[in-house]
Amino acid sequence: MVTTGSKKKIVGLKGGEMKRQLSTEREWYSQLFTEFERSLNGESKTPLHAIRKEAIDWFSDHGFPTMRQEEWRFTNVSAIGEIDFKTGIPKVEDIAPTDLSPYVINNDYNRLVFVDGCFFAGLSRTENLPDGVTVKSLQEAMLTDQEVIQKNLTKHAKIDENGFVALNTAFFKDGAFIHVSKNSLYEQPIHLIYLMTEKSKESVVFPRNLIVAEQNSQISFIENYISLSDTLYFMNPVTEVVAGENAVVHHYKIQQDSLNAFHTSLMQVYQERSSNYTSHNYAFGGSIVRNDIKTMLDGEGIECTLNGLYLARGTQLIDNHSVIEHAKPHCNSRELYKGILDNQARAVFSGKIQVFPDAQKTDAIQSNQNLILSEEATVDTKPQLEIYADDVKCTHGGTVGQINKDGIFYLRARGISADMAKNLMIQAFAGEVTDRLKGESLKEHIVTFVLSQLADGHLKIMHLP
Amino acid sequence: MLSIKNLHAAVAGNEILKGIDLEVKAGQVHAIMGPNGSGKSTLAAVLAGREEFEVTRGTVSFAGKDLLGLAPEERAREGLFLAFQYPVEIPGVNSSYFLRTALNEIRQHRGLEKVSAMEFLKIIREKLQLVEMDEKFLKRSVNEGFSGGEKKRNEILQMATLEPRLAVLDETDSGLDIDALKIVANGVNKLRSKDNAFIVVTHYQRLLNYIIPDFVHVLYQGKIVKSGDKELALHLEDYGYDWIKEENSRSERW
Ligand SMILES: Nc1ncnc2c1ncn2[C@@H]1O[C@H](COP(=O)(O)OP(=O)(O)OP(=O)(O)O)[C@@H](O)[C@H]1O
Ligand SMILES: [Mg+2]
Repeated sequence: MVTTGSKKKIVGLKGGEMKRQLSTEREWYSQLFTEFERSLNGESKTPLHAIRKEAIDWFSDHGFPTMRQEEWRFTNVSAIGEIDFKTGIPKVEDIAPTDLSPYVINNDYNRLVFVDGCFFAGLSRTENLPDGVTVKSLQEAMLTDQEVIQKNLTKHAKIDENGFVALNTAFFKDGAFIHVSKNSLYEQPIHLIYLMTEKSKESVVFPRNLIVAEQNSQISFIENYISLSDTLYFMNPVTEVVAGENAVVHHYKIQQDSLNAFHTSLMQVYQERSSNYTSHNYAFGGSIVRNDIKTMLDGEGIECTLNGLYLARGTQLIDNHSVIEHAKPHCNSRELYKGILDNQARAVFSGKIQVFPDAQKTDAIQSNQNLILSEEATVDTKPQLEIYADDVKCTHGGTVGQINKDGIFYLRARGISADMAKNLMIQAFAGEVTDRLKGESLKEHIVTFVLSQLADGHLKIMHLP
Repeated sequence: MLSIKNLHAAVAGNEILKGIDLEVKAGQVHAIMGPNGSGKSTLAAVLAGREEFEVTRGTVSFAGKDLLGLAPEERAREGLFLAFQYPVEIPGVNSSYFLRTALNEIRQHRGLEKVSAMEFLKIIREKLQLVEMDEKFLKRSVNEGFSGGEKKRNEILQMATLEPRLAVLDETDSGLDIDALKIVANGVNKLRSKDNAFIVVTHYQRLLNYIIPDFVHVLYQGKIVKSGDKELALHLEDYGYDWIKEENSRSERW
């Protein structure tokens, strides 16, 4: 392992035969890890630390994914490796509540606020939670909720998933922890806000979230990534979700990072018998965005629903990769991802449905639809069915199209202006996804945001409020 | 109200309208008949401002304005209405919201106050009765999943709500059973006044038993080759278009 030397690419030999590119990012993060280890006192003997070491070793060997890998064929993340992102952003003294207020979806929602990766108790709010519902920072939970932590943290998201997951596992310090004990339920969504300030310039943060809903419980939460400036930073979260037997989990993600930021994430979901998991994944910000969402349906009678909407403009690249693993019989999965693209933006969608030999009577429907508002925007959509059972119902489809001209003319022929007609059509396209949002204030918040992005049948270039 | 002079129009380089002349005055109903592909829908589309059709010669004035210089939405606001031969399905656009937006655009153009959702509901309920449509249609997306007959009635509902000066009905009667046909005809007759006018494109004389036209024109190969009163429609019903085609090929030979 080369840990010193020039920052440019070094060609090394490993195993005496394979010639590999040892890229700089491997050295950079290994070096950071050494510093990180030094800053830890006491933790270095814990089982978690062994996992961190395993993670950084894996990263040192593999680095970030390259376009030679099948699952990264359309998404070039080399730009992320070219910057030496720092950890440890100088702590922000205070955040004015007015900075936060445009993002507060509903004042009644409980929330955890993280500023530049650090938990901010002053802006957070965890009141009137029923017995059995625990909402706190992961750092705190690692001291107080060791049983749940040890059983679940890093147990679902695998280090060898990709370099981003490995890095998160090696470096994460904090994030959200939600635990709902058996038979407890809480309907109001918990708002998890990851706020980035302009101090985050060329820094990386590794939010790590663990959401565990035990048997017969119900919970709803919103992961919300927000930037107060247009700074270039690297947001690299991993969220592990466990839906126990007969549990109901509503998972919202609203990604509104700076248009210059990188965002790479994994949402790893583990579902037990008769559980019901719904994801609503909204991707708006970031210059390179890659979301991996993986659900393991490991019991009978499971429902899994993945909804997604992405808006991409300028030179944004938004990539959503999902994998739904049907391991047991009689499970249903529904997936609808829609994208609106303008300018030279690019989108990638890959939806893999795996049906294991055991998983008879699987019912899976998947659809990806894209609306293109310019000549230069491009989409790569790739549904993949891997079916090893014979009695299953699986359908998938991907479309890429422009606004229906006949529809526009019809609206105009009734007196509606061309721009408004186009906006109505775009809105209608997005509406199929936003209509699936539960909760009036959440729905209104997202729909209002989407509408605020439309002008003259196009996506506005600026989107920070 | 409408004055079409020597109108020529082409699509994809093919001339389809080859010199149309037509005068429509307030209070009149004109029927346009003619064999398939003669250019009836093209004429309607050119009047409504469809961009695929290129006007190569001629003029159209409407209510004193140069119609061809106006965008489709401006024509609608001036009081032109086209009932589409094939109404378009627009998934995700709510019917009620769509029609209220259209009404308010037109009202604003006429210097009238916009109507609120409540006021609109009052107006639309009355119009729904006229076309015997259920209120639940308002909750659905524009034309989405409507049957053929429902789509046609929806066109009449929109016409009745927007109260145009000139309505062009492109085969609104095609494919309708007699009850639905009467509903459509009734919609037109209720709206008929000395201040507005209709151009009714149809293949079937049957409709003209219910909407009595002042004039009947035959469009053939992009030209109006014959005009008359309602007797002409009856004659066409009995004898078809062959005699018209013959007359024209003879005149072409000469
Ligand atoms: N978008 C188009 N591109 C090319 N040709 C077209 C287009 N629209 C119409 N045409 C042609 O123009 C001619 C006239 O068509 P039009 O639809 O106006 O006829 P019509 O009289 O309405 O017929 P019908 O009674 O069948 O409705 C036809 O030959 C048709 O094929
Ligand atoms: Mg026609």
